Amino acid sequence: MYRLAHLLALSVSLFTVAAASAAPTGNAIDFAREVQPILAENCLHCHGPDAQDRKAGLRLDTRDGALQGGKSGVATIVEHKPADSELIARILSTDEEDMMPPPKEKKTLTAAQIDTLRRWIAEGAPYTSHWAFTAPVQAPLPLSPPLSAARPLPPHPVDAFIAAKLPAAGLAASAPADPATLCRRLFLDLTGLPPSPADVDAFVAAAAQGLAPAVEALITRLLAGERYGEKWARVWLDAARYADSNGYEKDLPREQWAWRDWVIHALNRDQPYDQFLIEQIAGDLLPQPTQDQIVATGFLRNGMINEEGAIIPEQFRIEGVVDRLDCLGKATLGLTLQCAQCHTHKFDPITHDDYFGIFAFLNNTYEAQSWVYTAEQQQQIAKLKNDLRAVDDRLKKAEPQWSEKFAAWENQLRTDRAATLWTPLVAAEMGSTSGLNHPVQLADHSILTEGHPSTKGDIFVIATPDLAGATGLRLEALGHDDMPFGGPGRSLYGTWAISELEVTAQLPGTTTWEKVALKNASADFAEPARALEREWDAAFDKEQRRTLGPVAFLIDGSNDTAWRADRGPGRRNTDSVAVVQFAAPLAFPAGTKLRFLLRYHHSGDDNGRHNCMLGRCRLSLTTTPDPRAAPVDYAAVLALDPPADQRTPRQSDALFTAWRASDPSLKKFVTEADALWKKFPAATTSVLHLTERSPADTRATRLLDRGAWDKPLHPVAPHVPTALHALPADAPANRLTLARWIADRRSPLTARVAVNRVWQSLFGTGLVETAEDFGTRTPVPLHQDLLDWLAVDFMEHGWSQKHLVRTLVSSRTYQQTSRATPAQLERDPRNQYLARGPRFRADAEVVRDVALSIAGLLSPKLGGPSIFPPIPENVLSYNYSKVTYWDVPTGPDRYRRSLYVFRKRSMPDPMLSAFDAPNGDFSCVRRIRSNTPLAALTGLNETILVEAAQAFALRLWREGGPTDADRATHAYRLATARPPRPAERDAVVQLVTATRTRLRQGELKAGDIAFSVLTRPADLPADATPIDLAAWTIAARVVLNLDETLTKN
Amino acid sequence: MNLSADLRLAHARQLSRRWFLRDCGVGLAGIAAHSLLAKDSAPPPPSAATAKPSGNPLAVKAPHFTPKAKRVIYMFQAGAPSHLELFDPKPELTKRDGQLPPAELLKDYRAAFIKPNSALLGPKFKFARHGQSGTELSELLPYTSKIVDDLCLVRSMQTDAVNHAPAQILMNTGSQQFGRPSFGSWTLYGLGSEGAELPGYVVLTSAKGTSGGASNYGCGFLPTVYGGIPFRGTGDPVLYLSNPKGIDAPAQRASLDTLHRLNDLALAEAGDPEIAARIASYEMAYQLQTSAPELMDLSTEPPHILELYGIKDVKESNYARNCLLARRLIERGVRFVQLFHEAWDQHGNLTKDVQKNCLDTDRASAALVTDLKQRGLLDDTLVVWGGEFGRTPMVQGGNDGRDHHNRGFTMWLAGGGLKRGHVHGATDDFGFNVTQDPVHVHDLNATLLHALGFDHTRLTYRFQGRDFRLTDVHGEVVRALFA
Repeated sequence: MYRLAHLLALSVSLFTVAAASAAPTGNAIDFAREVQPILAENCLHCHGPDAQDRKAGLRLDTRDGALQGGKSGVATIVEHKPADSELIARILSTDEEDMMPPPKEKKTLTAAQIDTLRRWIAEGAPYTSHWAFTAPVQAPLPLSPPLSAARPLPPHPVDAFIAAKLPAAGLAASAPADPATLCRRLFLDLTGLPPSPADVDAFVAAAAQGLAPAVEALITRLLAGERYGEKWARVWLDAARYADSNGYEKDLPREQWAWRDWVIHALNRDQPYDQFLIEQIAGDLLPQPTQDQIVATGFLRNGMINEEGAIIPEQFRIEGVVDRLDCLGKATLGLTLQCAQCHTHKFDPITHDDYFGIFAFLNNTYEAQSWVYTAEQQQQIAKLKNDLRAVDDRLKKAEPQWSEKFAAWENQLRTDRAATLWTPLVAAEMGSTSGLNHPVQLADHSILTEGHPSTKGDIFVIATPDLAGATGLRLEALGHDDMPFGGPGRSLYGTWAISELEVTAQLPGTTTWEKVALKNASADFAEPARALEREWDAAFDKEQRRTLGPVAFLIDGSNDTAWRADRGPGRRNTDSVAVVQFAAPLAFPAGTKLRFLLRYHHSGDDNGRHNCMLGRCRLSLTTTPDPRAAPVDYAAVLALDPPADQRTPRQSDALFTAWRASDPSLKKFVTEADALWKKFPAATTSVLHLTERSPADTRATRLLDRGAWDKPLHPVAPHVPTALHALPADAPANRLTLARWIADRRSPLTARVAVNRVWQSLFGTGLVETAEDFGTRTPVPLHQDLLDWLAVDFMEHGWSQKHLVRTLVSSRTYQQTSRATPAQLERDPRNQYLARGPRFRADAEVVRDVALSIAGLLSPKLGGPSIFPPIPENVLSYNYSKVTYWDVPTGPDRYRRSLYVFRKRSMPDPMLSAFDAPNGDFSCVRRIRSNTPLAALTGLNETILVEAAQAFALRLWREGGPTDADRATHAYRLATARPPRPAERDAVVQLVTATRTRLRQGELKAGDIAFSVLTRPADLPADATPIDLAAWTIAARVVLNLDETLTKN
Repeated sequence: MNLSADLRLAHARQLSRRWFLRDCGVGLAGIAAHSLLAKDSAPPPPSAATAKPSGNPLAVKAPHFTPKAKRVIYMFQAGAPSHLELFDPKPELTKRDGQLPPAELLKDYRAAFIKPNSALLGPKFKFARHGQSGTELSELLPYTSKIVDDLCLVRSMQTDAVNHAPAQILMNTGSQQFGRPSFGSWTLYGLGSEGAELPGYVVLTSAKGTSGGASNYGCGFLPTVYGGIPFRGTGDPVLYLSNPKGIDAPAQRASLDTLHRLNDLALAEAGDPEIAARIASYEMAYQLQTSAPELMDLSTEPPHILELYGIKDVKESNYARNCLLARRLIERGVRFVQLFHEAWDQHGNLTKDVQKNCLDTDRASAALVTDLKQRGLLDDTLVVWGGEFGRTPMVQGGNDGRDHHNRGFTMWLAGGGLKRGHVHGATDDFGFNVTQDPVHVHDLNATLLHALGFDHTRLTYRFQGRDFRLTDVHGEVVRALFA
């Protein structure tokens, strides 16, 4: 019965429609706005771009597909003939076999939607491409409302677009916010901090002379200040999933704040957004990249790193690239690339192949880590290198025959090297005795150990070499750009220490391993014997028995001694070699297995942070008698391989330096150079970043079946989806090309996404609400004309983010009062039409910074390492890996801006996360604001906020005036930028008075309330008592928690 | 206050009341204690969930069909317990102790640490039949053995991951990639919260921190209000629950009264319903300051109940206490309680450590089921017990350890309309491969959602243009598990 009634209703409406279309109203159906969303929601999942899962061979996302129809051969759409179109017939069908969408989808089109489809077909079924995939064009500004005395100026572009849509919504623009509120709004938005009362007074006075010039002047001032970069960096840090720890189980701390500093400075100097992107995606590929440009590429390394024991590193490397794509898609293109990881995108024109096409741009990389030097240190290094060159120049002058001697030495070295033939071992099996690591052998037979940083672990290689009579074994320690600072080690310095090298043999048919005796270890370099530095202290060596140095330690049978070849700052990340001889040439029967074991016993504790593993090595055997490592830096020996004219400067240097060291007559110059190297500065931090793989070591990309890391299929060349703008024809297929393609003016998405993100920060909701997705499921936004106008304007103004921010905040739309009238709330509860100003709770960081600022505690220090906020012990102790580094500052650093609060992924900061700050597990371009009792408790009781209340009270006492009423007024002015209304002032004073009474009566203890562990009664001004301070601390805590204090009003 | 201000206040109050009534479905007093989504923030985009997004994201919502279970207690045994020592008897493995596994077993197999071709290790403990169902369980589980007729044992679990963090995240969020909502969050999103004074999704932890960290109970891309809230065994049970030093209850009340009054004035001025929500959130915080300590105070529990759970010291924070707290939480209307006990990673010291873990958990886990049953709560409470994967039948290290194993392991379920005294699925003679009725993580999650009244393919949330769900694109409801 219900069904029948339903059908009747439907047919009535269809009849109405038919009548209506007979007499067209003149408004043609807009495909993008009206039809596309219906198709996207109801049809494209099965009839979209994904050919693999496409049903009945029919695709409706293209006009050709729809006209052609599916396998049945029936035209799904017949132009101008809705009645003949299968599309309509199927939608109207009640036959469960025929009806569309099929019943199991539980989707039903409304009569209005069906009407729209019919009219659209009647009009010829025109398709237009998705609005966001067509480059933005500036439409002429809508006709402005009649100018009046109140509005003598031509409207601001933002206002013109906004005003044009208000009348139809039954709304009208609101009056400007009062100057004090506007002043605070601008401060919060442009600096993330509240204005001082003096700032407010000055602005109010200036505004009285003319609001517009006063606003312009304030905007100019705030955009020029350093706080601007700190405020807006947060937005980009969210998108870039910045955190100070690696995530996953171990979640070890990382150094990445240099990248954060780079973002702050880039914003402050208003680096054009296209350059901002290019440097972050491919700064390392720019010509002669600066350190800053390398640091910028830290962007793509902000993702998580799995260091859990026993992982397969390749699995999580792939996960890392996937995460990079997700981040890049959301942050720059507003594209949900992730949807095409396992199959062709269901809705957007991104094929499975396209996904791996973009993947390929990012896949040919090393996951590098580099030191970051201060500007002063960089100068020092430049000078040092000059001085070193000067030493060489003096040598060349003093030794006019140097060139011949050098060449002769090089020839001799080549001859000597050729005298010993080395055959690399081909591993039959590799592993770690603990099982924590799974090394892999590369094409050049070197063995790479990544993944878990093992503090105590032995790496073994088993081989069955066909090499009777082997006399010696060579161990090469080789650099690799996946290692810190290029390795060869995995320590905090990229160094290593090998406690013991052991060889055992298993004869065919036996199961036991017999020790193979070793003798005569030699190396290109070793440190003199010395005690292990305290840095590597470990619980298992409380007596500090461990020493290191000479290569003999490698085979002395003691785990307490290690060979190490750390050449000191500036020179330590270089290759080394050791050769050991078999006590007797090997005479095992064919098929004998040899097991080579590298023991690591010289690491420090701390969850692997202080490991001393060798990241890449190669083992080789020789039958040449009495093999030894030449006392020549191994980097020089390896530099012999390329022809002289193809050597890198570093290789040429290595050879020259080695020659210099080989000639005793040049000792003077060696001593001079060594003295200079001792001055090499130690960097205080480093950055994780990407570098492109060398041409000799490129990594090809294969499509991964269903996105699974261990199911590679066919090769995929780097490319971009055809639905978007094309790549430059002759550009190399590398990351820089991808970066330039993203930052291209022809990109339909990049500028729109950037503009939308800024809009969202200022107005609370983006013009496109789904800031992370501009794909085909995103309907044409209400204010597309405005978005496009702004996007074009942004690009035409050199991608200046400051220009963009200025444009938005100088509009009347932004400057309206946020007071909501009942009519506005009724007609536009979510303020989409913007008939009133933005009003929403500030972001977590702003909430905390505002409190610190009001309290007078906020440290003005810009940039630098993250700080550790006080965290309840029950949070800190509940971590998988013990947190050993949480040193909470007690000085000014305790009150640094929230941007600098250490972000530990598996332990989200309790204060910031209560106010919805994301933890950096993945890219976040839109925070969702909540309002919870947990946030209320945090606001009332969190340690730093309580200390802020105490300091706020002290400040009120010092500068608030002689009476409690004066102090209440000052409190409101500090917190809300306005004086309290009498009722408000009285309420605060009443609380102070009542509390004072209880304190005097001894019901409350003043000292407990007024002072933290860091403050003392002696800090009080002479005229204040602890009771005064305690009473005001309680009142200050209330003021800090006012809705208006927490809110951008 | 002048007349017009008075009028504005009156209007704003009326407005906010209307807003609460319309969007929250309840009066102010009955608002779910946990939270209110800011009115000015974007509501969840339209989704296929039957529940229409409303002003209060925690308003009680009806699922897709009549549910068997209304709430969940999930006892997550992190680190991965050995099914071979606890649930899945393998006499053949005992016989073959020390032998190498059959070669065909190891094709395309990867363990985490060990070489697959390592010697088999016989189970360390004896099994015996229990209850009317005659289900075999290990001697390590004397208490669980007593309730075995209430349990639905799934001996054919399978998962994709072999490392802890990804596997825990997969089990809890349906994805190995971080950033997806946890099962508890999906449940809260789908059903809302009935608790008037407590969060809807509470997390209780014992032993050490888990490999998956906070993401195990995170809300992923769902709004923050759906995330799990840890109630902590030491210090403040809820973070920042205690007033600052020196501020007593009257001082707190006086402070909040002042704050309420001042925010009321602001509401009258600005007319933003969000201010009303903020006022409510502070009042609910105040209630939580009473209700949370009351909840955590086990001294009111009668001795026989403490005895049942094996709780000797009501103040000592441990797994047993968490089990009793779980019951108290669901009694107070909490929708989803999840325990995390990270202790089961026995690469070595298997015999001693698995014994200790069972001493720590067996009695209380069983007590919780018994206690729910005697209170008539078991029928509509879904109880889940299990870890992220199983352990290898092959030895790791000397002769007392097992590696990670993803191809077959055991979990148990109880209540929530599931079969009782039932064993589902089986593994081969080695406890290595599933030989009968495999249940993948996604199938388990689909089934658990089914018990809660959801079609797992329709409980979705649109994010990044895609309708995400707990089971991604996988999962079949295991109907055979239902009574």
